[in-house]
Amino acid sequence: MQSNPSLDHKAILEWIHQGSSVLDLGCGDGELLDLLVKERHVKAQGIEIDEQAIYQCVAKGLSVFHEDIDHGLSDYADRSFDYVILNQSFQQVKNPDRVLKEALRVGSQVIVGFPNFTHYLARLQMFFNGKAPITRSLPYAWYDTPNLHFLSVSDFIEYCCKRGIKIEKSAFIGQDRIIKILPNLFSLVALFLISPSESEDRSNGSRV
Amino acid sequence: MSLVNSLSNKVGRVSEASHRNTDAPGQDLDTKVSHRVGVVQTNYFHFALPPDEFTLESGEKLGPVTVAYETYGTLNNQRSNAILILHALSGDAHAAGFHKGDEKPGWWDDMIGPGRAFDTDKYFIICSNVLGGCKGTTGPSSINPNTGKKYGLDFPIISISDMINVQKHLIDHLEIDQLLSVAGGSMGGMQALEWLTAHPERLKSAIVIATAAKHSPQQIAFHEVGRQAIMADPHWRDGYYYGGHPPAKGLAVARMIGHITYMSEISMAEKFRRRSVEEKLHKFSVGSEVEDYLYNRGNHFVKRFDANSYLYITRAIDSFDASKGKNLHEVFKETKAKVLVVAFKSDWLYPASQSKEIVKACKWAGIDTTYCEIDSTYGHDAFLLEVDEETHLVKYFLQKVMVENGVAGENRITEYAI
Repeated sequence: MQSNPSLDHKAILEWIHQGSSVLDLGCGDGELLDLLVKERHVKAQGIEIDEQAIYQCVAKGLSVFHEDIDHGLSDYADRSFDYVILNQSFQQVKNPDRVLKEALRVGSQVIVGFPNFTHYLARLQMFFNGKAPITRSLPYAWYDTPNLHFLSVSDFIEYCCKRGIKIEKSAFIGQDRIIKILPNLFSLVALFLISPSESEDRSNGSRV
Repeated sequence: MSLVNSLSNKVGRVSEASHRNTDAPGQDLDTKVSHRVGVVQTNYFHFALPPDEFTLESGEKLGPVTVAYETYGTLNNQRSNAILILHALSGDAHAAGFHKGDEKPGWWDDMIGPGRAFDTDKYFIICSNVLGGCKGTTGPSSINPNTGKKYGLDFPIISISDMINVQKHLIDHLEIDQLLSVAGGSMGGMQALEWLTAHPERLKSAIVIATAAKHSPQQIAFHEVGRQAIMADPHWRDGYYYGGHPPAKGLAVARMIGHITYMSEISMAEKFRRRSVEEKLHKFSVGSEVEDYLYNRGNHFVKRFDANSYLYITRAIDSFDASKGKNLHEVFKETKAKVLVVAFKSDWLYPASQSKEIVKACKWAGIDTTYCEIDSTYGHDAFLLEVDEETHLVKYFLQKVMVENGVAGENRITEYAI
């Protein structure tokens, strides 16, 4: 079933160390976690709001909590996981700022993946048609989308600067390929491996 | 071989199982038979025989103790595929299959059997009646060896912890070092939590359904009204009613209150309608089917349950505190078992928030946990009714526990007595 993982899953797989612990926020049917367990033998935990998705996770042998990540991660101590993943769930939560802050507290590193709103096809659709864009990574009509926030690669980089979040790695995915140049224009999906800024890290350390 | 023989004496027989071949093509045609546990019988185990006594949590002593239990499926050679099923307030050891001549199967038959959630082709399932019960295990309606009469209120106060320790004696007797899982809903879930905290080394996993780590004042209140109803019945006679009229009216009212709390507003509205006014139970009846239902359930219950057991067991539930006054995550620290927690959306007696408290403690304690809140309209009764969802969760959860622990389900003792 995992014979052909998607490009974003492949990119995440490359960043994850063997045997690490992973918390996947909004893990869906558990496809990514399943891949990480099989390929990296990670200690995996998922959180998912959809009941049917929970059943699919359980069928894959994954441990998963039926919860709303917008309600916070207060049940977890600081640095409980090596990685916290927010793949395609980041733009769907009510309060991404708060959820990401919590993710950075609970995980040593955080992986964020989201659809890039300023892909050139989206720009063209908006410019020429004057309509909300529909692309491969943003396939929903405006009235029927799980996405609550629309951001670009540049938006996220700017956000990280503002919040003092350190971007460790990034990967950009276009139509069936990895994008190396002008990601804000050509990537459909953006992935970032981030960590709390060093100064914040130190202040956390001194508190503990 | 002697071990096998001694075991086969302890293990309840599964008569239909020997005729079944699950690998046979076309088994689906035979679903009705092949998915049944078959005819079973209750076994009895005695311990704390004189001069020994069983010490209760309160410090009081009790003995001898009889434990009624049933088993389904077969214990493997490594004795590693045993699962203990824990029953709720009014349950008993008869969890699955049929007693000879009975039309109704055990209380969790939908979940236990070949190919079912608790798959008797893979696992060895044990279920025993709790201490204080009235279905074969020692309780207030048992004979007090000191007087030769039934205990009545001379029976000591018992706790969920005492129930677990009795079960532990049974597990020791069956020569099982470690249970693959313990599983139960409602009071059964409390017992599962108690197993997790009291004997973490004796289990690999726990399935905790529709329960609470501690009763809320609201939950205690419903039980207290039931207890008051029993004690207000003139036939109760301070608990020494054996040999005379049982306090049937009081117990029936207690059961009726229970049934109200087990349903939801929606499930009641779907189940009960009003009928023509002629068919009324009494002058003040409005002729709703719910009145008949409660009346019938209450009166049916008194035929099978002892009022004093109801008092002792509800008291044990109400006094239960899995955390023993500490933080729940602290008492979970010792366990390496995996935990599955299940709640139901419309269950207002054991609301999902109480299950989430358990899940939260599991997270803090670093326990590998899965939690699912099943969307059901059945209220607390859902834990006995939402079979498909529970089957899915339990089946895959157990499969994972089994695989990770290298437990062989196939490598089993092949001999069946019948």
